[in-house]
This record gives sequence, C-alpha cells and structure tokens, in this order.
Amino acid sequence: MAPKSDHMTYRPDMEIIASTMLDQVLQARNAYHPEACTADQVRRALQKNHLRPEDFAALLAPAAAPLLEAMAHRSRQVTRRQFGNAIQIFTPLYLANHCENHCIYCGFNSHNPIQRARLDPGEIEAELQAIAATGLREILLLTGESRAMSDLDYIGQACRIARRHFKVVGLEVYPVNVAGYAHLHECGADYVTVFQETYNPDRYATLHLAGPKRVFPYRFYAQERAILGGMRGVGFAALLGLDDFRKDAFSAGLHAYLLQRKYPHAEIALSCPRLRPIINNDQINPKDVHEAQLLQCILAYRLFLPFANITISTREGELFRDNAIKLGASKISAGVSVGIGGHQEKAKGDEQFEIADGRSVQEVYDAILGQDLQPVMSDHVYV
Amino acid sequence: MPQQDCLVLGGHSFTSRFILGSGKYSLDLIEAAVAKAGAQIITLALRRINQDGQANILDYIPKGVTLLPNTSGARTAAEAVRIARLAREMGCGDFVKIEVIRDSKYLLPDNAETLKATEILAKEGFIVLPYMYPDLTAARDMAQAGAAAIMPLGAPIGSNKGLSTKDFIKILIDELDLPVIIDAGIGRPSQACEAMEMGAAGIMANTAIATAGDIPAMATAFRQAIEAGRTACLAGLGPIQATGAAASSPLTGFLRDE
Repeated sequence: MAPKSDHMTYRPDMEIIASTMLDQVLQARNAYHPEACTADQVRRALQKNHLRPEDFAALLAPAAAPLLEAMAHRSRQVTRRQFGNAIQIFTPLYLANHCENHCIYCGFNSHNPIQRARLDPGEIEAELQAIAATGLREILLLTGESRAMSDLDYIGQACRIARRHFKVVGLEVYPVNVAGYAHLHECGADYVTVFQETYNPDRYATLHLAGPKRVFPYRFYAQERAILGGMRGVGFAALLGLDDFRKDAFSAGLHAYLLQRKYPHAEIALSCPRLRPIINNDQINPKDVHEAQLLQCILAYRLFLPFANITISTREGELFRDNAIKLGASKISAGVSVGIGGHQEKAKGDEQFEIADGRSVQEVYDAILGQDLQPVMSDHVYV
Repeated sequence: MPQQDCLVLGGHSFTSRFILGSGKYSLDLIEAAVAKAGAQIITLALRRINQDGQANILDYIPKGVTLLPNTSGARTAAEAVRIARLAREMGCGDFVKIEVIRDSKYLLPDNAETLKATEILAKEGFIVLPYMYPDLTAARDMAQAGAAAIMPLGAPIGSNKGLSTKDFIKILIDELDLPVIIDAGIGRPSQACEAMEMGAAGIMANTAIATAGDIPAMATAFRQAIEAGRTACLAGLGPIQATGAAASSPLTGFLRDE
C-alpha cells in the first residue's frame, strides 16, 4: 500500500491564508483536561453573563454532569432572551454523493459500494419546487467531495436555481478557496457550514485515509476563507463520538468564538452531530456520547455563545429534538431526505447516514407551535 | 379642550408613545399585545416577511397600525438602503428604522454607516428613525441628515438592563430638537417610566414583553408606565432635596445693599 500523504501539508491548489487560529485552537485543546475541572468552576461559570473559554471548558467537563438540570434552566433563559421563542426551520437537499475521499465513518466514502448519483439542473429545479411547496424558505445544499462530478460551476448553478425558490441558501460542500466562496456567494449562497469532524489532527489522519479532505488545516480554515469570500455566516461542528467528545466540542466552540472575535460581523452557527450507522456498516455509533452528554454539549455551546445559531440534526429522535429547541437549539431541520433527491420522487442515490426523525415539514411546524414556540420560515433577506 | 399630547414623526401624529416590537413572540399574540399596549406603531424585521407563505408576520399585524420595518441583517449603509427600498416596494409604507450592525455578538449599531443610510433614505422621502449608540455628535449629524427621530439604545438589545446609557441619553434629549425614542435594553416598566420622566419622546420595547410570563399583561404594564412617565415629565418633576436640611445660616445672608 502506498504511504499515506501528510495530513498537515497543503496540496498545491489549496490556498493558504494568514491566520494563527489553528494553533490557538490546538494549543487550547491540548491544555484542556476535562477531568481536572471542578464542580466549583462549573457553578461559577453558571453565574456569569459573559463566559470565557475556561468557563466553557468547565461546562463540558464530567464535573458538570450533576449540574445538567441547572445548566438546562440557565440555557433556556439565555436562549429565550436572545431569540425569543423563534425557531428557524430548513431542510437539506443532497445534490450529489460522488466522493473522492475515504473517510471510514461516512456512507459517501469512495470505497463504499453504494448507488451513486447526482441531480441534473432539471432535477434540482423539480426537487426545489417540491420543497418550496412545503412552505420552507431556507435550503441547505450539500454534495459529496468530487471536483469532477460536482464542481464549483455545478454548485453555483444549483445556488442560482435555489435562490429563485428560497430566501436563504446555505452550503455544506467541500472546502474551497476564497475566490470559490466569492463565486458561490455571487450565485446566491450566503452561509457556509463545514464540519471539522474531529479537532485532534492525529485521530483525524486515522479516519480520513485519502482524498483532499485528508488535509486537516485546509478544512480548518474553510470558515475563515468563506468569510473572506463575502459569506454572511459560517457553521461549525465536531462529529461527536470520533474522538474525546468533550475536547472536540470545546475545540469547535472555541473555533467559532475566535472566528467571531476576528470577524465581528460574521454570524456563527454550531451543529451537534453524533455518529450514526451508515449503509454497509451498522456498527458505527457514537459510543460514549449518550443523550445526556449530547445535551450537555448543546447547553454548553449556548451558554458560551448566546448569539450563535444552534442546529439540531435529524440524526436525533423526535423527543430529543423537540426538547432541544426548548432548551438551547434555535434551528431545526424538517422533511429531511439524506439520499440524492427524494423530495419530488424516490431518491436516485443512497443516503449519507440513517436519520432518526423523519417527520414532514408540517409535522415539525406543528410540533414547534405545540410547545408555544414560533416557527420562523424566513430569517434573512439577501440584498 | 386641552391640546392633545402627540408624538410627531415625519408629519404623522401618534397619541401612543409606545412602539412595540414583534420579533420574539408567537405571531398569534401580536394582536393582543398591540391592543393591550395601545401601540399605534409596530416594528417588524423585513427578513421575517414571508409573502404568501406560512408564518408571514404581515398577516398577524392588525389593520390601522403603522408599520415600522427595520433593516436588521444589514451590515452596511448600502444593504440598509436596499432593505428599506424593498420594504417600501412590499407595501410597508415610508417609515423605516435603520439598523446597521457589524457585531453579531452584542448587536451594537454602527453609527457611521447608520448616518450614511439616514442621509440617503431621508432624501428618498422615507421617514427615517435611526437606531444608534447615544453619541451626541452622531445624533446631531443624523438630525441634520433628515432623521425624523433618534433612537438611542438604553442597553444592548435583549439585555433587559435598562438605562445603562442614561447620562448620554439625557444629553441627547437636552440638545436635540428631534424626538428621542429609547430603543433597546428597556427591561421593565419602571425603566420605561424613568426614561419618559427624563423627557424621552417614546419607548420601543420587544424582549421585555416577549420574555414575560404573560405577554398581553406586560404590554399593559408598559403602556401604563409610559403614560405615567410622560405625564410626570409634562407636570414637571419636583426638585430633589440635597442631602441634609436647608442651611440655617444662608451663605448669602451677608447681602445688605437694599
């Protein structure tokens, strides 16, 4: 077998920007020892209005587990003060699942024998029309990482089609250079989410065996390049369960925090995905990240970053999601299909992971109303 | 009959001095909140308008209430101007509350960009109400640029902290000929009352009402507090006695030449 490429070395076509954020996050991650945090530190963090990174670290620690109820009360209060009772709704549309990466936990990985497909412009139009007819006004477009099968022009064209039907177009596609983000912004996208998966570079290298995604720093700086390319906001996530979830959640929150400090106008968002089973591997699971730990992460994110949007994924079940929006999450997906297409007719390509909440847009809408919360279909105007 | 005490904005008169926000509570409650608040002006974020769609805020605002669309989401004067024009095209009228914010954490306004947007929109015939940080020079420039009122923040949006910027707001009230409407941070009716006693022309509140246990009841409380503060301001507050009693040997007791 050929030796694997160095995961910390950029490839020639990858833009390098001047930034020290990666070093800052990795240093803080290395210095964070969750088991060393005390209950007293957690209590003090819960009394502060403006939390510092060390307070956030304490809230993610095992010492905070017995104080989860207190965290939930505080987080609910902070969330309502910031967002009122508004909960944003959106849905993802997977455009293509072709992928040149080999990431061992992902259903789209290039070694997994699944049905591959990509939507052509006519199919994208039809899918988006079908989604818009459900009442949604925000769409998230996703692809696998294949510069051959889903290049920038293809994604840009999808953004232009999406802008005709939706007020807000977000992207969750492979990282690109600043000029690439500027192009996609021009095409109508204004929010970019990139999951770093794990912030432990060594662990990252054992999970991302081949393909451009293997290059850790290029992925890390995607959000910063997106902001430099003119995007309004950026989303962050660690895929909880790949490595020490406390350290990964700490790193993702700190990453978002540092980016907003550097670019104060940037809107930031966090997602809280846990590992899910995939086609041809039902053994993949989030290990030590049970619902209590996941909720602890969501609450800690909320208290550390009161102004960030927090999205709750369909990887979680109905009961957990409906409670998460009461306590800290501010955004929820609905009517989700994670295969290629699947809104207008049967999906033509296989899915990325198994979802746990298959409710329609109307069902989620009604569930939000049923909790005295207000569904918000549109929360931005692109001018 | 005594002349009615009105808030005048761009030639339009309002008997209510309570501008109600609409963004943080259930759409179903807007009508009741407006009624209890006695509000004649309601703000709404243009970004929340979902024409012909679900949860469209415009469908929930009672007829006869003046809309005050805001430009939230704008990061530059140019974006604020485009949002304001869009609001007018969508039939929201000529009022606009300019919000230009380049700080996603505290949502503090950018006075320089707000001034630019004020100038452009006032020339286009909008009735411009700029949300701003209470800085006298910026406020004077906004007045000069054609603002119909000035809307300084009392404290950061959503903080419910009250009049953290009290001294600076008092300066604006004393020095400007325009109405000064306190826009953000008012968390309790007593704070609204205090601002009105100081001479504020009106109060805009959203979070304080939206996060109350009983939204229509809190809208009532704010209406009463604002009315009380206004009446007190017009009545003229009595002087506050300095510490200690009046001196028994007056400092001016030496004056003889009558």
